[in-house]
Amino acid sequence: MADIAFLLLIFFLVTTTMNQDKGLSLHLPPVSETVEVQAKNILNVWINAADDIAFFERDELSIVPFGNLMGEVTARLTANDKLIVSLKAERGATYRMFVDVLDELKLAGATRISIAEPESGTR
Amino acid sequence: MKFSRRSKVGSAIPTASMADISFLLLVFFMVSTVFVRYRGIPVKLPEAEKIEKLEMRRHVTSIWIGTNGVINIDDQTLGLDQVGPLIHAKLLANPRLIISLKADGAADFGVVSDVLQELRKAEALRVNFSTLRERSPEGM
Repeated sequence: MADIAFLLLIFFLVTTTMNQDKGLSLHLPPVSETVEVQAKNILNVWINAADDIAFFERDELSIVPFGNLMGEVTARLTANDKLIVSLKAERGATYRMFVDVLDELKLAGATRISIAEPESGTR
Repeated sequence: MKFSRRSKVGSAIPTASMADISFLLLVFFMVSTVFVRYRGIPVKLPEAEKIEKLEMRRHVTSIWIGTNGVINIDDQTLGLDQVGPLIHAKLLANPRLIISLKADGAADFGVVSDVLQELRKAEALRVNFSTLRERSPEGM
């Protein structure tokens, strides 16, 4: 009797999974911290209110389809290992799109990711 | 005087009820254990592949953000201006605080960004965007 009960107990102990929190970790910069970074070492990734993704490089805006995002970022990271990716999403963009893009950036191997504050006005 | 060499009283601890006692203890501790667990508000978390597990649950404070932009911490609905002071108080109590941001995938990023700015002002800089595991098509 006791053996069976213990066996059941151990079975349930082993099969119970506590749902652990998981997600994309990020370290935010402190408010006071402003670091001057050379413009060539920044890749601006923008998400607009309609969930379109674009790169803003050398004063030029180029729209990137979501499927190409990882490849494009990987290519730029291999060309410049000091690259910082600055992700800016407009108000009105969905949080899902933001997470998807952040995930793609991390999958592409970007470790230095900064999240820029969106402007209050609409562009 | 004469002493008998060996006492004839047998000594044995009754072990037949041992299992009963241990079960009783087990049930007692199971019943008396209280988990602090906040329920939050129902959110549909987005999915991501490159995710990390959050260890050390007691350092984690969750912030829920619903579809309609409602912010909820520890089962309390708060306004945006209340987030900073509350998180700052929590950070003083526990300097190793990690914020787990449980925002609905359909939520407006503007609200999430506002909360992030509040967190930066409160100096709570370790943030985890809570997601579900995504099944990657390539099987990575």
